[in-house]
Amino acid sequence: MSFDDAYEALTDHDDDARWAYGTGFADPLAGVDTAVPAGADRAALADYCLMLGDDALIMSHRLQQWVTRAPEIEDELAIANIALDLLGQARLLLSRAAVVEDAGRDEDSLAYLREQAGFRNVRLVERTDDDFAHLVARLVVFSSWRLAIFDQLTKSADPVLAAIAEKGTKELTYHREYAAQWVVRLGDGTDISHIRMQDAAEAVSAADLFTPHETELSMAAAGFGVDPASTRTEVERVWAQVLDAAKLQAAPWGGGEPRGAHTPAMADILAELQGVARDNPGGTW
Amino acid sequence: MTAFAVAARVQDPELPWLTLADLGILREVEELADRVVVTITPTYSGCPAMGAIRDDLTGALRAAGYGRVEVRTVLTPAWTTDWITPAGREKLTAAGIAPPGPAPRRAAGPVPLTLFAVRPPVPCPRCGAPDSEQIAAFSATACRELRRCPACREPFEHVKEI
Repeated sequence: MSFDDAYEALTDHDDDARWAYGTGFADPLAGVDTAVPAGADRAALADYCLMLGDDALIMSHRLQQWVTRAPEIEDELAIANIALDLLGQARLLLSRAAVVEDAGRDEDSLAYLREQAGFRNVRLVERTDDDFAHLVARLVVFSSWRLAIFDQLTKSADPVLAAIAEKGTKELTYHREYAAQWVVRLGDGTDISHIRMQDAAEAVSAADLFTPHETELSMAAAGFGVDPASTRTEVERVWAQVLDAAKLQAAPWGGGEPRGAHTPAMADILAELQGVARDNPGGTW
Repeated sequence: MTAFAVAARVQDPELPWLTLADLGILREVEELADRVVVTITPTYSGCPAMGAIRDDLTGALRAAGYGRVEVRTVLTPAWTTDWITPAGREKLTAAGIAPPGPAPRRAAGPVPLTLFAVRPPVPCPRCGAPDSEQIAAFSATACRELRRCPACREPFEHVKEI
């Protein structure tokens, strides 16, 4: 592979290995010991892996839509890299779900050929962002919550899930820091940036994120997963820290609904995410 | 040449100045009776280079006469920049990329959010000035940030500590 000529490198059709998007890649769990622990409730564990994987997949998709729309090229790079980290987590988790359910599916069929009702993500990741302030507020909340879950998940009875979480905590720490610094810069910035950041801070809510689904409860009880309600204190403390530094105010988050139902936006996300795969059955790109 | 020596010389696709051994992602190379088993670890979950690395390892070992090659991946313990070897750090500096400092150690309890942390200085890899300023937290890849030297005014990349 030559890096001397960027155009030549891009048109080297014999080497698809560097592309991060598309189908037909080597299994991201290739070479990993993927034995499922004895006594595990396979259906519930697979469902739980889908939940964690879908949260990352849909959030990554929304972040990718910001590329070419961010305020500066430095932020396009940051957002693209954060999206890529989350896509990497999604690939590992969907692959893990496929191994555990053992139903002949793989990461591609789970991402590209599942119907909307089969997606298990929280509704927060489906949101569009009215402006950059909304994006960074949402990213602080999402990455704080996911970081708190992953940190506990490093002790999961499923060694693959624990390993994915260990790696992910380092990435999520970076994501949260990037987003939080923007919230502070905008909140404690000009009059206009403060007004827009204040609007974004009021618009984001983590209430749903702390309301457990029955799969999350059963997996937490079995030592495989994490009850999201247990992350509430930590996430609220971080959010208060960010709001305080940013000179913003927001009402406390109330009660929410567990994951399950989707917002109307999910149909548009899947149309964009799955269109090429559905139009070209079995195609690779 | 031993299988380890062959595997250790394979270059990283994203940082071609470094070998896999320099980068610290080569965990183990076992020469078994019927095959060679290479164990590697990814840097970041989304690292698109993993597929290329597997292919490059298999190709290099086959070319060196090792017929059957199995590449295994271990996810834990997670890779840290502390595993980049002293030789790797020298090569990074020579290529104009500031090597990472020591990775932060985590205390017990929740991961703290550091908003205004004072970070250790990052010397300029070109002129040797003792510190530099950050331009962007992410560069061409997730593992690098973009900085600028206040003395020689050159921008450069820095491999971030994780």
